Amino acid sequence: MRKVLTAALVAAGVGMGVSAHAADPLKIGMMVTLSGPPAVLGKHINDGFQLFVDQQGGKLGGRDVEIIVADDELKPDVALTKVKGLLERDKVDFVAGIVFSNILQAVFRPVTESETFLIGANAGTSTFAGKGCSPYFFSTSWQNDQIHEVMGKYAQDKGFKSAFLLTPNYQAGKDSVAGFKRHFKGTIVDEVYTKLGNLDFSAELAKIAAAKPDVVFTFMPGGMGVNLVKQFRQAGLDKNVKFLSAFTVDETTLPATKDDAVGLFSSSQWTPDLDNAANKAFVSAYEAKYGYVPSLYSSQGYDAAQLINSAVKAVKGDLSDKKAVTAALKKADFASVRGDFKYNNNHFPIQDFYLVQAVKRADGKYATSVVEKVFDDYGDVYASECAMK
Amino acid sequence: MTATLVAVQVLNGLQLGVLLFLVAAGLTLVFGVMDFINLAHGVQYMLGAYLAVTFYGLTGSFFMALILALLAALAFGLLLEFLVFRHLYDRDHLDQVLATFGVILFLNEGVRIVWGAAPLSYPIPDLLKGTIPLMDGFGYPIYRVAMILSGLATAVLLWVLVTRTRVGMLVRAGATNPRMVAALGVDIRRLFMVVFGFGAMLAGFAGVMAGPIFSVEPGMGDGVLILAFVVIVIGGIGSIRGAFVAALIIGLVDTLGRSFMTDIFKTMMAPAAANQVGPAIASMLIYLLMAGVLFFRPTGLFPAAGR
Repeated sequence: MRKVLTAALVAAGVGMGVSAHAADPLKIGMMVTLSGPPAVLGKHINDGFQLFVDQQGGKLGGRDVEIIVADDELKPDVALTKVKGLLERDKVDFVAGIVFSNILQAVFRPVTESETFLIGANAGTSTFAGKGCSPYFFSTSWQNDQIHEVMGKYAQDKGFKSAFLLTPNYQAGKDSVAGFKRHFKGTIVDEVYTKLGNLDFSAELAKIAAAKPDVVFTFMPGGMGVNLVKQFRQAGLDKNVKFLSAFTVDETTLPATKDDAVGLFSSSQWTPDLDNAANKAFVSAYEAKYGYVPSLYSSQGYDAAQLINSAVKAVKGDLSDKKAVTAALKKADFASVRGDFKYNNNHFPIQDFYLVQAVKRADGKYATSVVEKVFDDYGDVYASECAMK
Repeated sequence: MTATLVAVQVLNGLQLGVLLFLVAAGLTLVFGVMDFINLAHGVQYMLGAYLAVTFYGLTGSFFMALILALLAALAFGLLLEFLVFRHLYDRDHLDQVLATFGVILFLNEGVRIVWGAAPLSYPIPDLLKGTIPLMDGFGYPIYRVAMILSGLATAVLLWVLVTRTRVGMLVRAGATNPRMVAALGVDIRRLFMVVFGFGAMLAGFAGVMAGPIFSVEPGMGDGVLILAFVVIVIGGIGSIRGAFVAALIIGLVDTLGRSFMTDIFKTMMAPAAANQVGPAIASMLIYLLMAGVLFFRPTGLFPAAGR
């Protein structure tokens, strides 16, 4: 008996050795922010990505997958050091993730110049959509401006006359205002820039009340948005002013804002209740596995895994011909959980954008829900500056 | 820019000032009485809010959560004192800064592990819901009024404690000459422990009160801590009265600056330029004020006696 067992173990051991030799695992460097308050965004992206890999039995495109998670700590210098480690020490085949634009700016050149594929699952800086575009970069999210444009377009289409803009005083805040103004032609009664990380919006809310705009448009990511939403509701402003936002009301902040956010508007390319088969399967599997409602960030992580899966499958696991891999990625041959999805010449998606609203679901959890489609198959304005065909 | 808008902004400034006072009072006591720089004070503010989240989840009542969180914050403050801070009283300020900064990193991460990275919250109690209409379509939340009142009540309580009670007398004496007080048979270590625990509880109280209007998240105490240091430097280290006056000044200057600075610049320059300059100057205003106070009165507005 013992001999048989030993023989079986040896055989198993040999068998494993052989299979490991036959195909090295596909290495993916997952670089996301996992420190500080924004860690929740990185977690959602990583969870979404991991879910798809698990559903494929730990494989992508038929190859075993090894995911190396790196925390960029929201510091460009740390991100640069860690991404070099991923490229040079771990020799990864793909780098995926990247939550923030300043991190993308730090790692974009090192990754693409080493001819490694970079799958951006969130940040979409204008530089890399326009002149600085690269055949090695693919986004599964959006170009930053698009989300803000949705709100400007919506306010314009609905005939709102005046808007009050409120954003943090840094580059992304200014970009957000520019994005909103691209389609909104009404009066901007005031633009208020608060300091980044502002906690108390009572002074700004009083200004809004005094200005009496039709809509307030705001971009207040993370904890700032939580504070703003709660205080907006507490001051009773929601009765007279329409609250339009970007990256402020979503599944990462709804667990904190709860009823205070219900009914407020945001823009997105995806919601948990978006009606397509891929999405239904994704959302139910995600909630079953992690016990919380996925956000647009989760969906972008999931689609990043789907994108890599489709391309690796198309080239039959052989990543040596970079041109073939680029062509396979460009096809985006997978069922995106957001529905329509195809790549523009700059490797950013051409997709639909929606006006969404926070709701309380029947099960007592909070989520965003589609109100109406604002843009159909919409590309970004920088694509024409990109030299790629 | 109407008179009502100014009035509302003054109220907002007072409310911010009162919150800062609650945090700064404990900080200035510990700094002034024990000559101990406690950077971890902001973390105790954060912890108060997180404890309230948990106790609210358990009891479903804001007031129960408030009481339980205060007791837990006190207990935790004493525990920290016992484990870490008491070994640092005789060390120099640099050691204290390093060690308490370590406590910040440790607890911010600890909170993230226990409660998660996503912001949390608990609601305003029903009793304090609703608004007082001040402007057309805009009410002043009753809860914020309650915050102002509770801060003022705490200020009065502290004033009575420090100036009218035996413990307060010992605290003042300990601040002036701890050795002499010890020689007179007072257990100075225990006195320090009481002061420290009380300071931690005040910070926790501020955190509990802030929870329903601000998001409860890791690192929420760090920004407050910086403002609290500005307050005690302006007010005079160790002075409760100084902390109170300085906190109100900071609250008012910051709020009014944020509200009207851009508008003031718009009367002098193009709107686009004003939008650049206004917010930048507004966010610097309190630091400019601090620099001015330090230049003309290096010991602060109300230097504590005997220092």
